[in-house]
Amino acid sequence: MTPQDQVVDIDALETEFQERIDAEKKIEPKDWMPEAYRRTLIRQISQHAHSEVVGQLPEGNWITRAPSLRRKAILLAKVQDEAGHGLYLYSAAETLGSSREQMVDDLHAGKAKYSSIFNYPTLSWADVPAIGWLVDGAAIVNQVALCRTSYGPYSRAMIRVCKEESFHARQGFEGMLALARGNEAQKKMCQDAINRYWWPALMMFGPSDADSPNSAQSMKWKIKRFSNDELRQKFVDQTVPQIEYLGMEVPDADCKWNEERGHYDIGEMPWEEFFAVIKGHGPCNHERLQARQKAHDEGNWVREAALAYQKKQADKKQSVA
Amino acid sequence: MSELTQQDALFTYTLRLADNALILGHRLSEWCGHGPFLEEDIGVINTALDLLGRCRMLYSYAGEVEGKGRDEDDLAYHRDEREFTNYLLMEQPKGDFAYTTIRQFYADVWNLHFYTELCNSKDETLAAIAKKVVKECRYHFRHNAEWVKRLGDGTEESIQRMNEAIAEASRFVNEMFEMDNVDQMMVDAGIGVDLNEVKAKWIASVDEVFAEATLQRPEPEYDRSGGRLGLHTEQLGFLLAEMQYVQRCHPGLQW
Repeated sequence: MTPQDQVVDIDALETEFQERIDAEKKIEPKDWMPEAYRRTLIRQISQHAHSEVVGQLPEGNWITRAPSLRRKAILLAKVQDEAGHGLYLYSAAETLGSSREQMVDDLHAGKAKYSSIFNYPTLSWADVPAIGWLVDGAAIVNQVALCRTSYGPYSRAMIRVCKEESFHARQGFEGMLALARGNEAQKKMCQDAINRYWWPALMMFGPSDADSPNSAQSMKWKIKRFSNDELRQKFVDQTVPQIEYLGMEVPDADCKWNEERGHYDIGEMPWEEFFAVIKGHGPCNHERLQARQKAHDEGNWVREAALAYQKKQADKKQSVA
Repeated sequence: MSELTQQDALFTYTLRLADNALILGHRLSEWCGHGPFLEEDIGVINTALDLLGRCRMLYSYAGEVEGKGRDEDDLAYHRDEREFTNYLLMEQPKGDFAYTTIRQFYADVWNLHFYTELCNSKDETLAAIAKKVVKECRYHFRHNAEWVKRLGDGTEESIQRMNEAIAEASRFVNEMFEMDNVDQMMVDAGIGVDLNEVKAKWIASVDEVFAEATLQRPEPEYDRSGGRLGLHTEQLGFLLAEMQYVQRCHPGLQW
């Protein structure tokens, strides 16, 4: 084959690939795909997996202090679900030829990102239901859109994840409602959690469309199906009435219903903070990575022992045979 | 001192089982998000969740037996160190993964043999709880026995850590087989389990797994005891301070 033929070949493959996408057919691990599509997906899925795993930490911070045994059981089960999501997402990314070890190393080296929301501290019990409701709620808006994403394993993982996340969001809201109907201290805790988590939750949808460099190509490949701003609006529209139902206030003086648009308007987002947290300068970036790195380092001897034992067992079997 | 009634004994008996499950589950839950790898993080949380579910059933029943209107949260969150009756082994800090594994394995073997017997209890509620719990115990035992073997027959470092963990835990073992008047009353009534029998089975099971794991079970130089009288190690106070603080700051509320 001449180099000329190869170029033609790739063009043909790319055309065929885009046709499959346009026809809403899923791309599967063994299918040909452009390198950039593969790289984009590895980046996005591993980032998502890391978010689940790092996301265990802020809520995990309250497991030993949950105010009732029932809440403790709900929280523990929820954090376990997050770890489970991390596991299927790492597996989905592995189908693209990336190894879990490499992905985890990239996280610890600061090369791979995770959702910035987990760089905020959980300072009172109310932060736990607030995260379940707002953070899982925002994640669902993103992930429902991803259930139809073009890459088969990712789409299937998302369908499963979404079911569990909507359960978490409902449990979170129920937890907030208990506080909102409680005494003054509980109401104060509830409002304070909303105040601190409102903007970070809105920032989970990423920069505004005008500043989102990767979006156009991802939309064409149907990895992404709605723009950041569209998804953010959807979340605002569903959440503002919930805050009102709780009898709490939206911490944004400019937030009001716009009759003409049929949507809520919101005030200017604190973008400076958003970019600072992404850069690693948020309140807990340092602590979160440190905790992950520490768990990994302290687990080294355990993983090594498990491998050594497995090898010894295999050797024994071989010597018997 | 007034004489121990059967109702008092049943309350104390059930409460002790609940305290063991709560405190051990608490220590295990401290691993959540910090496990040696993701699969085991999930595994450890699973066991912690089983223990939590177990303590809730037992506390609710203890409250019912006591008849003073205390619910699971009253019993878990509004008693002090001197009123907690768990074994000392359960309250020890989680340590490294070797210590967590050995402590959990010792508890799993105890639970397996204890709850297997408790299925025959004449107390219908305890027997029903035991029948549910024993299924989890079998699974926990299998899961942790595998870890004891992996770490006990793994690398030089893991073998050393396991031996240190065994030495560290050994002084708390015999407390788990002490029989007092509450146990005796429950055994005599056909409700409770004879811990001498549990001990014999415990030793046999531990030795069997240790043999495969190439580990030795040392006889402790001395035994520590007192958990059931509320005479705890200094560790428990900190655990309770952490666990109970929200409830104690804001008593009498719904969460």
